[in-house]
Amino acid sequence: MSKNLRINKNNFIDQTIRISFKFNGQKLFGFKGDTLASALLANNIHLVGRSFKYHRPRGIMTCGSEEPNAIVQIGNDPSSTEPNVRATEVELYEGLEAFSQNCWPSVNFDIGGINNFLSPLLPAGFYYKTFMWPASFWEKYEFFIRHSAGLGKSPTKPDTDLYDHQYAHCDVLIIGGGISGILSAKLAAEKGLNTILIDDKNYLGGSTIYQEDDCFKINNDTSNKWLKKEIDNLKNYPNLLIKNRTSLAAFHGYNYLLARENLTDHLNANERKNKIRQRLWKIRAKKVVIATGSIERPLIFNNNDRPGILLSSSIKKYIDFFGVKSGNEISLFTNNDSAYETAISLNKSGVKVNTIIDIRENSTSLLVKKVQKIGINILWGHTIVNTNGYKRIKSINVQKLSADGESVVGKKIKINCDCLGMSGGWTPMVHLFTQSGGKLKFKDKDYIFIPDMNKSPSSQISVGSCNGNFELDDLITNTIKNIKIFLDLDKTIYDSLNVVCSKETEKRNIWLLPSDKQLSKTKPFLDFQNDSTAKDIKLALREGFKSIEHVKRYTTTGMGTDQGKLSNMHALGIIADTTGTNMGDLGTTTFRPPFTPLTFGSIVGRNVGEFFDHTRKTAIHDWHVENNAKFENVGQWKRAWYFPENNETMFQAVQRESKAARDGAGILDASTLGKIDIQGTDASEFLNRVYTNAWSKLAIGKCRYGLMLNEDGMVYDDGVTTRLGENHYIMTTTTGGAANVLSKLEDYLQTEWPELDVYLTTVTDQYSTISICGPRSKNIVKKIIPDLDLSDANFPHMSFKNSKIDNVNCRVMRISFTGEHSYEINIQSNYAKDVWIKCMEAGKEFNITPYGTETMHLLRAEKGFIITGQDTDGTLTPSDLQMDWIIGKKKYDFIGKRSLYRSDTIREDRKQLVGLLTEDPLEVLEEGAQLVEDINKKPVEMLGHVTSSYFSPNLKKSIALAVVRSGKKMKGKKLIVPMENKNINVTITDTVFYDKENKRLNA
Amino acid sequence: MFIINCPYCGERDQSEFSCGGEAHIERPKQPTELSDDQWAEYLFMRKNIKGIQFERWNHAHGCRKWFNVVRDTSNDKIHAIYKMGERPPLK
Repeated sequence: MSKNLRINKNNFIDQTIRISFKFNGQKLFGFKGDTLASALLANNIHLVGRSFKYHRPRGIMTCGSEEPNAIVQIGNDPSSTEPNVRATEVELYEGLEAFSQNCWPSVNFDIGGINNFLSPLLPAGFYYKTFMWPASFWEKYEFFIRHSAGLGKSPTKPDTDLYDHQYAHCDVLIIGGGISGILSAKLAAEKGLNTILIDDKNYLGGSTIYQEDDCFKINNDTSNKWLKKEIDNLKNYPNLLIKNRTSLAAFHGYNYLLARENLTDHLNANERKNKIRQRLWKIRAKKVVIATGSIERPLIFNNNDRPGILLSSSIKKYIDFFGVKSGNEISLFTNNDSAYETAISLNKSGVKVNTIIDIRENSTSLLVKKVQKIGINILWGHTIVNTNGYKRIKSINVQKLSADGESVVGKKIKINCDCLGMSGGWTPMVHLFTQSGGKLKFKDKDYIFIPDMNKSPSSQISVGSCNGNFELDDLITNTIKNIKIFLDLDKTIYDSLNVVCSKETEKRNIWLLPSDKQLSKTKPFLDFQNDSTAKDIKLALREGFKSIEHVKRYTTTGMGTDQGKLSNMHALGIIADTTGTNMGDLGTTTFRPPFTPLTFGSIVGRNVGEFFDHTRKTAIHDWHVENNAKFENVGQWKRAWYFPENNETMFQAVQRESKAARDGAGILDASTLGKIDIQGTDASEFLNRVYTNAWSKLAIGKCRYGLMLNEDGMVYDDGVTTRLGENHYIMTTTTGGAANVLSKLEDYLQTEWPELDVYLTTVTDQYSTISICGPRSKNIVKKIIPDLDLSDANFPHMSFKNSKIDNVNCRVMRISFTGEHSYEINIQSNYAKDVWIKCMEAGKEFNITPYGTETMHLLRAEKGFIITGQDTDGTLTPSDLQMDWIIGKKKYDFIGKRSLYRSDTIREDRKQLVGLLTEDPLEVLEEGAQLVEDINKKPVEMLGHVTSSYFSPNLKKSIALAVVRSGKKMKGKKLIVPMENKNINVTITDTVFYDKENKRLNA
Repeated sequence: MFIINCPYCGERDQSEFSCGGEAHIERPKQPTELSDDQWAEYLFMRKNIKGIQFERWNHAHGCRKWFNVVRDTSNDKIHAIYKMGERPPLK
């Protein structure tokens, strides 16, 4: 470590604890309390990365979240490496490994640097303009662009870290732990309010906490000493929760805020183990105090991006807080008093300040006088016209500004320096204020946008420098005054503070500083990360872009990971100057959350893997698992898909199951079907209105299939409903539609038909359903329920019986989705697995075969039964499905009835459901395949598509269902299914392929 | 994300509710007597106002009751909440 860059005295860094870390493979040392950036600077490393477009060498420029250049990759573990991290925000820990990004093969020798020399050929919009033509070449261009650009590498393995979410409710949330945030927190806590204070740093006090200067005093103490006492005192308030290392990401309406707390990112690998890495706080605050402070602006001059050029206030923080000298010979360039604070700090630490170049003509503030007294050379009314040094600044060229500030005059002076601090004034951090819906106003005097308190949501307030109060006395007075009103306070402990501070007397602002060269020959960078210069902005304006939002996107200014925190104001200023517009009228670009990037981990929290969504399992699920079932997801349900035996493929298993169900007996777990219990004196009338067919005359103990439409006449759901009693029905819905059907029925009951006496209860989980089908199903049920008379006379198809299995009540329906004689046993779910096993045992002698959803689909397709959502897609009416028989024509009304004879729904050339047989009976069509009549006619006219397709083991041939335009009239017609390698000939048929006479139902 | 004061349960987070679109569009009592245009007006046409809008909301993850909300869609400010069947506040 170059010892001479670290000064010895420090309150904030523990220089007794040495920490080793690696940067680009080089082993380096820092101290506890360092950031990666401060430790690199202490090792005399400025060059950290390359810029995005020109691959220019770039160094650490700031000390906070606005850092555009020092973007690094942390770690190289494939599951935890993190790209695009700001070195200024990374707390140093033992074993930290960081790498430069966007350079190849290395940061010191980067091949892409050639772009810098090609830069005249790479103006704004270059990529848009160049790579548009020919369109088919894009894929080739893209490969090279992606290869040479890019910001870091994504992890390639799943994240192994733990993340968490937590809700918090409070009376007052204070965002920012600088002096105004501390004052606000203290006043809120003193009043007894439930208060949360968050700050993104690992300490409180903002920039005041290291401002040890007798130009700034509160109650006769230097401001840092006074504030330290106030902070120490905060722990006495049990109603105040302080969250450090917590950055506010988003400020939504109704004071709903998201903040990310870093819990382990500052710890070494051992200390991190089994701990939660980051926590996303979801905060609902009655009132919010925004005290986010302000960010120093760069100045826009030729070659203002070299490594070694920092913001002046950052140089001050590195020396005052971290005890690190950013250089040995520092020059400062400013348009305001801030740089003088830096000069005083540097001088106090024994760092040589060469010259202060100030674009103002003079200033007489306390700070300036103090610097003059020290004897530092100040060049008034001068500007920097160029900087020299490729990987590190070596010198600057300075010239006098003309009176109008638009050009330079006089002799060029060369000043040697290894570091340059620049200060272009301050930008209030209004991001969160505007995110919450507040409107900004422009303050001409300071060239800043500040919150317009008249256009602010009422339950929040901005205080401190984010509200445009830059002088310490104004800041304190206004903060206290505004918080008193906001929190309705009477007298406060801060009513008689005595504040002394240096006041800025002179202002001069030039958005784009002139050079001795033409603008076209210079590189005044605005957005350092995206490499957009003032030239690009002017080019965009010349090319006709006027809106700030368009200029931003065309030049990519403000579109880097720093989201324009440094560059946006200058872009606006240059646009305003060039077009002769007022900045206030121009407005700003939209500030969108998050304020700083969030990790995906913190966004998803614990909702990963098996916790991503709820998993619903039937009561019989464990049996399926034990019996080697493969499962498929149906909504949130895990449904048994098929039960392979002895290494069977899916096709083999399904063929065997399908055959067995028709030859002997099959058993299906149908518990996932939605079940809605419907009771009330108007239950029949209600069903009349929600189903297309009539229900009033359905006898007690009988079942009926119903089709439910949307109000637009399209099929929505279907299922069998059973009349259990005079005023009692149980409706079944599709598995996936259960929740939506219940919601829809509740909606109609509550809003359109509140006069109906009907009660709906979902009982899907309470009852399990075991379906036994096939010619031997009767024998099996007879064995399980010997008392039940299963004769067709007593228990015909489409009827139900209350019964008991071992003294447990159950409902047995004789309904069929396979076309076979079949029974559905509905029983309380906690008995379901036992009953299932009982059925298996009873069915053993009849070769009972468990089957899953795939066989169920195949069997019903043989019978031409539809599956809503597979054969229908929300664009088919009952008539399109050839199910006109189910429409109660005599009924006055039902949901969707009027839509069935709209001009569009009565068209005869609508897509309609048909059956398909392939010319080659072994050829199985692909579901979703298109159907055409004439393959040679161009463009090929697509008449429809295949919705269901299987090889039927019972018919020994391929069968399919499809929707085809005018399909009803096309029976017997030959069509073509064009596939990648061949055309398949098919014939349109009836939708029922098997047992057209329904003889098997009573077999 | 805003807070909705369910008339049956009290203040709850928006995530518990679902919006049912524009309120006070009554299902015609005699749909069969409507022309295609009249039926289409009921079925498809919605105002989608930027500003004060009368909406139906359902406390889907709560009491499952439907009710009406008067909301400014430009800033999510809720001006009134009233039960189904109750008279809407003056428009």
